[in-house]
Amino acid sequence: MITTNQFMEVATSRVDGRQKVTGTAKYSAEFNPADLVHGYIVNSTIATGNIIKIDADKALQVEGVREVFTHENVPISVKIDADYSDPLAPPGSPFRPLYNEKILYNGQPIALVVADTFEVARYAAGLITVTYKKEESSAIALKENLDKAFTDEDIPEPAAARGDAKKAFENAEIKVEAAYLQAREYHNPMEPFATVAIWDDQEESFFIYDKIQGVGSSQKYISGIFNLEKDKVRVLSEFVGGAFGSGLRPQYQLFFAAMASKTLNLPVKVVMTRKQMFSFGHRPACFQEFKLGADAKGKLTSIQHNAYGETSQFEKYTETIVDWSGLMYACDNVELDYKLVPLDVYTPNDMRAPGGATGMYGLECAMDELAVAAGIDPLELRLINYAEKDQNEGKPFSSKELRACYSRAAEKFGWDQRKAEPRSNKKGNILIGHGVATGVWEAMQQKAAAQAIFTQEGRLTVSSATADIGTGTYTVMTQIAAEVLGLPLQYVDFKLGDSNLPKAPIEGGSWTVPFKWIRRGRQKILKLFTEKPYHLLV
Amino acid sequence: MKYRVENPEHLLDINALDFSEISTLPEGGIRLGATSTNADTAYHEQIEKNYPLLSKAILSGASTQLRNMATDGGNLMQRTRCYYFYDTATPCNKREPGSGCSAINGFNRIHAILGTSDTCIATHPSDMCVALAALDATVQVTGENGSRSIPFLEFHRLPGENPERDTNLEPGELITAIDLPEKGFSEHFEYLKVRDRPSYAFASVSVAAALEMDGENIKDIRVALGGVAHKPWRLPEVEKDFFGKKPTRNNFEELAEKLIAGAKGYGDNDFKIDLAKKSIVRALLTALDNKK
Repeated sequence: MITTNQFMEVATSRVDGRQKVTGTAKYSAEFNPADLVHGYIVNSTIATGNIIKIDADKALQVEGVREVFTHENVPISVKIDADYSDPLAPPGSPFRPLYNEKILYNGQPIALVVADTFEVARYAAGLITVTYKKEESSAIALKENLDKAFTDEDIPEPAAARGDAKKAFENAEIKVEAAYLQAREYHNPMEPFATVAIWDDQEESFFIYDKIQGVGSSQKYISGIFNLEKDKVRVLSEFVGGAFGSGLRPQYQLFFAAMASKTLNLPVKVVMTRKQMFSFGHRPACFQEFKLGADAKGKLTSIQHNAYGETSQFEKYTETIVDWSGLMYACDNVELDYKLVPLDVYTPNDMRAPGGATGMYGLECAMDELAVAAGIDPLELRLINYAEKDQNEGKPFSSKELRACYSRAAEKFGWDQRKAEPRSNKKGNILIGHGVATGVWEAMQQKAAAQAIFTQEGRLTVSSATADIGTGTYTVMTQIAAEVLGLPLQYVDFKLGDSNLPKAPIEGGSWTVPFKWIRRGRQKILKLFTEKPYHLLV
Repeated sequence: MKYRVENPEHLLDINALDFSEISTLPEGGIRLGATSTNADTAYHEQIEKNYPLLSKAILSGASTQLRNMATDGGNLMQRTRCYYFYDTATPCNKREPGSGCSAINGFNRIHAILGTSDTCIATHPSDMCVALAALDATVQVTGENGSRSIPFLEFHRLPGENPERDTNLEPGELITAIDLPEKGFSEHFEYLKVRDRPSYAFASVSVAAALEMDGENIKDIRVALGGVAHKPWRLPEVEKDFFGKKPTRNNFEELAEKLIAGAKGYGDNDFKIDLAKKSIVRALLTALDNKK
């Protein structure tokens, strides 16, 4: 039995690399079951108002068109919020596709054309005319709607205030006030959202290929809307071409494909266009205000950080934006505030360090302003205020190697050659700038299950319904499993992306790999290994 | 067409027409067949040797894959990249004459600063065309009423009252070739493309600069701009004022001022005015140094 870190700390090729470069790794849109028909979604061209009429006559006359679904003929009878919910749905009422004539945001899906080919469906979709009654104005821009900011019991309170930040700011020797407006950001991974839904009329069950960061989410969503037991909805998502958080919630092509498949009793494929990839969750716009106070030596004496995050009119999407300002630097006086502004947009969605990327961007910009105001090197300023513990909770960090990181980076980037004056450092026509910023993220863990099967031939297969969104889950899990049992990598397989496998949380929040699931199973495996050497359940 | 920006009733595939040859003209110069690809043109031995400005301009545009497929004739026929032109949910005079221009009071960072009208502030997106304008190319066309030659600067149009018309091609006319005169400015040239990313991006401002020197003095000078107007922007009468002058920074700055005279920003694109001036000067200084 090998017990050293023989596999986990050694760089290895991706175990699915060959499949990916040879094209045998199949993504959701690449499945073509017999009798497959194609759906193309029509989106609203107004932000708020009502649909007066959808004229689909011309589209229905095109040869090869099977059906046009709108709110007027969609055969969905389930109408309660919970049925449209998914595990990551924020408080509120989840969006219900084709529910009624109301338009809640620009790009809302309002119709589906189903045809024998994708091209015919797309062509016919262009022949549909929609008449709207547009509302006079829509709330789109965050900054113009700050007066609608609110907070309530659904919005987590920011970390507790400490000291007296306002008074400390008044008395501070160095003061900086800054505000930052961040625009929406859209995930737009390389692979667009895609679903192939196959309804089985005999079994009254779904078999679905879906692009998602956790098959359990799609399963829950579809079983809710179609009033089915979970075991009647099997979802596969073995390869995902990037997601960045956009696949943490089911997207609307899943609803359309499943609805059309069940209604027409045919397999239906619906793939979003690149343009439609801008028509759902996104990193929310955010407006942040800072007041930083420090003494002449650069020691922070006051931090005030207010953030206004954007959400939709139907769900309250929140992020942790301001807490980082309390956690990051040693400061006795801190006051944080976070409010939501409902706008006529789709509900925002987690995107790459949601809240962290936003709040730390603001804080670090403000720290740079403070460095200039105090006449202190910005890297030095961060070291002066370095925190050894989480300043909000007084707990030790799970890991913090920031001093070493700062000093290594300073050396590598030639920080000692930095010129503070803007545009003062030139190499030919190229302007060179040196800057510093810090990031922080939580080390979260979630419950998960895995199954391990060890055969008499000596092969180990570990499986769990997690996902690999391009991050290398297949490879990492294979390495961990090989390490645990001391098996060569090529004797280990890892399976994921199938709702029939043991439950796992959605792949997000950087919590997938830190799982101790496989490691924890080690003792159990090792014990059973000698007793019953073939089928083990961790 | 996929997004219904264009809704043609009929489509003709002209790829089978035999216009793909790149050949030497009897009177000197080169003829680029309309269906020769951008890649074949850019890497053609004679183009690389005698017209490196054209080669550099082509290779600064699009991607390898696109250049392998795109034809020279097609490059001339590109329409604008204006966001509103592509968004059928918004008014656009170029897409739907008379519906209005969303860009003038909208997001207009990528829009024109020269030769605009009240109906349209779109730009022409080509890099290749900027070099062709500087090189005084000629567009050969044929149609129901026979064949004719169109000087390159007269091929594309300013928007005026008819922004839906990008070129002076008549209905039924087809580009057969693009002719390059013998003079290729292979001694002193530069194609400077200033853009948001170093690749896969259209020009905020681009400059095709070419110089012919007579000892210490400028014998011929050409400057064409991309990203600033509805067509490649070039003013030959301004260039003439600098024939016989010294190739100094001061003279180049003066030329830049005259080329950009009358430029107008629409808010987001105000920066292009200063950027264009600086880019012209830098491109000319680089061209001067750029001896083979």
